Amino acid sequence: MTLMPYDEALERFEPVLGLETHVELGTASKMFCGCSTTFGAPPNTHVCPVCLALPGSLPVANEKAIESTIRIGLALNCTIATWCRFARKNYFYPDMPKNYQISQYDEPLCTDGYLDVEVDGATVRIGIERVHLEEDTGKSTHVGGATGRIHGADYSIVDYNRAGIPLVEIVTKPIPGTDRMAPEIAKAYVTELREVMRSLGVSDVRMEQGSLRCDVNVSLMPRGSSEWGTRTETKNVNSLRSVERAVRGEIERQAAVLASGGRIIQETRHFHEDTGLTTSGRSKEEAQDYRYFPEPDLLPMAPDPEWVASLKAALPELPTVRRRRLQQEWGVSDLDMAAMHNADAIDLVEATVAAGAPAADARKWWMGELARRANESGAALADLPITPAQVAKVTELVASGALNDKLARQVLEGVLAGEGGPEEVVEKRGLRIVNDEGELAALIDQVLAANADAADKVRSGKIAAVGALVGGVMKASRGKADAGRARELILERLGVQE
Amino acid sequence: MSAITRDEVAHLARLSRLALADDELDHFAAQLDQIVGAVARVAEVAADDIPPSSHALPLTNVFRPDEVRPCLTPEEALSGAPAVEDDRFRVPRILGEEA
Repeated sequence: MTLMPYDEALERFEPVLGLETHVELGTASKMFCGCSTTFGAPPNTHVCPVCLALPGSLPVANEKAIESTIRIGLALNCTIATWCRFARKNYFYPDMPKNYQISQYDEPLCTDGYLDVEVDGATVRIGIERVHLEEDTGKSTHVGGATGRIHGADYSIVDYNRAGIPLVEIVTKPIPGTDRMAPEIAKAYVTELREVMRSLGVSDVRMEQGSLRCDVNVSLMPRGSSEWGTRTETKNVNSLRSVERAVRGEIERQAAVLASGGRIIQETRHFHEDTGLTTSGRSKEEAQDYRYFPEPDLLPMAPDPEWVASLKAALPELPTVRRRRLQQEWGVSDLDMAAMHNADAIDLVEATVAAGAPAADARKWWMGELARRANESGAALADLPITPAQVAKVTELVASGALNDKLARQVLEGVLAGEGGPEEVVEKRGLRIVNDEGELAALIDQVLAANADAADKVRSGKIAAVGALVGGVMKASRGKADAGRARELILERLGVQE
Repeated sequence: MSAITRDEVAHLARLSRLALADDELDHFAAQLDQIVGAVARVAEVAADDIPPSSHALPLTNVFRPDEVRPCLTPEEALSGAPAVEDDRFRVPRILGEEA
């Protein structure tokens, strides 16, 4: 596959983006039956006559799923339909036992909204075309062939536990004018959307478990042209970083095709995590004719405007508003706030502050020592085996003078190593600052005797020389002495006043 | 008046993975044409004051509460499957050789 270097591609072409995001709702039961939605159950244990499409069974819509979809629409500033229907999407593929998927077609629950996202300190408004409700499909495993992929497989085996889990599809309007920021804007949009879902509590939005999935549409038009090019739809984009890579890779690929006189065909492409590239999926010849029609097994939905208004009034504080509030409360710069946001540290810092730590200290530990540790082990900050309450305890021990920063780092290391809570680690490792005056005096005697030259300098008025002596005490105590108190005692012992 | 062409029947047959012989295409085209013609008569009597509808009942908002109910056991679920492997439904190759 030929790629055009990104900079050159952007000099010659202008990208237009579109993003389709699927969010599995966190309801207890499926969309149209009472089967459990719990992730990771043994195959075909969460199935019933409705989601297996056995003859004579009939679906009934889950009210909570409809409520969640409306709340998502409201959070995305959409208009909520006063009357709409489910539609039957017919296709021949064994991931749905019915041979169709219940979805929505020309009458989505929510239309015409927007989501503001922040990229490099600037706010970009992403238009939302529609938000609709449908059911998820089963999970196929392809057997035989070299790659475990559908291509070349001998046959497939299907688990229908996921079939029928409520799925919300959120479609953006085309996003022109992103220019070279297209990859970053795509990533920022999905990140922000994920946070909106979290704040609404409608989904656990775990990309690695597939409860948030993203399809990335990209087209290019030559600079100076106003006619949009043919777009491709890239599926299988399963992490935030992949969203960014998929957009970038597709821009580089399409630019190379167009520059060599080729034509982009409207097709589905698959993203490959290992290479960051896409390969062609279903070809044009197999393009689907879904023969949508109103779902005869389900009655129309007509959300009561009063109900919708009460859902709107009860929406939680949305992520951008919350970040603005916290930034003000914590008194941090735009840059620091953006850094915390990027590191997924805001919730952790907030919880640490709630556990009693000053904001500056909470931020310092999470964004410093702990971020470094997370980075080293390749873990997400939130997955480190330490709680915000434990971090707050460490800041409290520092504030009370029981620990200095150096000892505090060792305490954090102990907690992360599973040695127990902060106080337990201090006890086990013997990390408490030496502020026993007798012990400190003995250390000072020792250091003065070994550094007679420095002691003389201080006596003769060169107070700056005391630093070496304090350093000696710290070293002799293996970092556990209270440096401030040691300095006072040394000066007192040498009869010098500042 | 023929609403359903032979080509349309062939298209539908392909979408439904049905192998129809040439004479069957003609046969079904005529039959489907009659069905579509019969349904179309509804449009002739529908006046402007009758809105199009997809349901016979004037009901909306028939929902169920979000409550988990018992499922089938895997044995029950798979009992009607032509082929089973690892407690999963085994299905023939999905994409043909050309894919």
